[in-house]
Amino acid sequence: MAAAVAAGAAGADVEVVEYEGEPIELVEMIGATPELWIVDAVCSGAQAGSLHRLDAAAGRLPATLFGVSTHRIGLADALELARALGRLPPSVVVHGIEGRNFEPGRTLSAPVARAADRLAGILLDELAGRAPAPADAAGPPPGAPRSG
Amino acid sequence: MADRRTKTIRTDTLARVEGEGAMRVRIEAGKVTEVALDIYEPPRFFEAFLRGRDFAEAIDITSRICGICPVAYQMSAVTAMESLCGVEVGGQLRALRRLLYCGEWIESHALHIFMLHAPDFLGYAGAVEMAADHPEIVENALRLKKAGNEVMRVVGGREIHPINLRVGGLHRVPRKAELATLVEGLERAREIALGAVTLTATLDFPDYTQDFELVALKQPGEYPIDRGRVVSDSGLDIGPGEYPEHFVESHVAWSNALHSQRTDGSTYVVGPLARFATSYDELTPLAREAAAGVGLTSPEHNPFRSIVVRSVELVHAVDEALGLIAAYEEPDAPALEVSPRAGVGHGVSEAPRGLLYHRYEIDDDGKILDAVIVPPTSQNQTAIEADLRGVVERSLDLPDGDLSIRCEQTIRNYDPCISCATHFLKLEIERV
Repeated sequence: MAAAVAAGAAGADVEVVEYEGEPIELVEMIGATPELWIVDAVCSGAQAGSLHRLDAAAGRLPATLFGVSTHRIGLADALELARALGRLPPSVVVHGIEGRNFEPGRTLSAPVARAADRLAGILLDELAGRAPAPADAAGPPPGAPRSG
Repeated sequence: MADRRTKTIRTDTLARVEGEGAMRVRIEAGKVTEVALDIYEPPRFFEAFLRGRDFAEAIDITSRICGICPVAYQMSAVTAMESLCGVEVGGQLRALRRLLYCGEWIESHALHIFMLHAPDFLGYAGAVEMAADHPEIVENALRLKKAGNEVMRVVGGREIHPINLRVGGLHRVPRKAELATLVEGLERAREIALGAVTLTATLDFPDYTQDFELVALKQPGEYPIDRGRVVSDSGLDIGPGEYPEHFVESHVAWSNALHSQRTDGSTYVVGPLARFATSYDELTPLAREAAAGVGLTSPEHNPFRSIVVRSVELVHAVDEALGLIAAYEEPDAPALEVSPRAGVGHGVSEAPRGLLYHRYEIDDDGKILDAVIVPPTSQNQTAIEADLRGVVERSLDLPDGDLSIRCEQTIRNYDPCISCATHFLKLEIERV
């Protein structure tokens, strides 16, 4: 998906980073960017392949959405650390794709693969026209903040 | 007025324990009558999962047991397989593995010291809350983690679940110039680590000591990280293959995790305090100097002061990593040839949180017939429960909220590797 976005956004003032390390490293990676989009898998109980759009600049994200590891600072806490350190950009949108398979060795499910393609298209459309993104396919996950 | 002589304390939410579990402490008439720590333990699943797999796959499969100490699982697995096949990896290949392990110690200890344990002592709910008042502590933690993660990326191929280790050596050896890129970050990390020793030594520690047997690896001339004999401060000195004769796992009714004890039923402890007690002289001079500078002497029996010992080990790991890089010469080949043969192999290494034991039985085709994995956390379970009992007995006058925090802090002394998917420990206080 990162490759598709990078290819489609060629020439635009956008840096696409495919990152598989620890979320806490994001605190250092953010740098001075004024606008940050993050795409990550989420686990909220919604239908697999559902898309979520969360405004992380407006408030703390539900940690349980991203809580798939116990030995690392998760994405929600990493963004809060960035906020506490004064490093959180003015605009931070987290795009979550509802996952289905989280066990070791499982492959990407068809609904999630389709959702990733769809989200790539949404992001490229937004970059092209800076049009507002469409509403979530399955509605917001419980307790999730909405973008303003 | 509520009767304070009888109460039940159950931990409902324990953040920063790196896992999920439940804790129950019952106090009747002013005496602690029950302490039970209920823990999920994924190594049980992995032992079954490994049966039928190829012996070379154990490295990558077991590394998934733990997200912050994958190298520990990989190293215990490869040494078990290599000993089984009659191969010993030495020279620069071993140095590279040790360097990778140093990287893991650096990032694991940094995470635990600054993000998970320090908030306890400084009175914060977590690292996020602490960052608002002490941004410099978090900034230093980030720099240390980055330095450790960079070592893992360059030597291990990836920060999380490194992919470069294999039976017999590595898949690829780094160029000398690649390792040179790590030096600047590690030198900065060394200064931060020295500051961590000073900082942690000033924390307010509960007055509590334990007298359990301290068990760790020992390798003459080296601080124990990647190999050694299994020793203790009570005179134990055995080879890895003798581990099953001296340690036994048993299932307890209140926990999914197995508990380890000595075969005579006694409790023992693994981890930084054990290594510090049995191999203090093998710390680098700088690490020993840092310890002496804050009045930390070996052995240390207060588990709350393990945060200071971890800081000293952090200095050692960074110092040794720089030494290994300075002495590095690219080996001619990335690995030795290893052919499987039927038999049983035992592997031990020192995960950041303590001794990690693996045992494998394979057939002539290299198929794994049986696997046993004993993580440091299960070895410390009994001691954790004993500490909880002792701490609660000494803290009955604390308000429930403060007592709960003290219990959580006690568990975090051991930096337990309690893996799960939901990241909280259940604790609630009930007055009876």
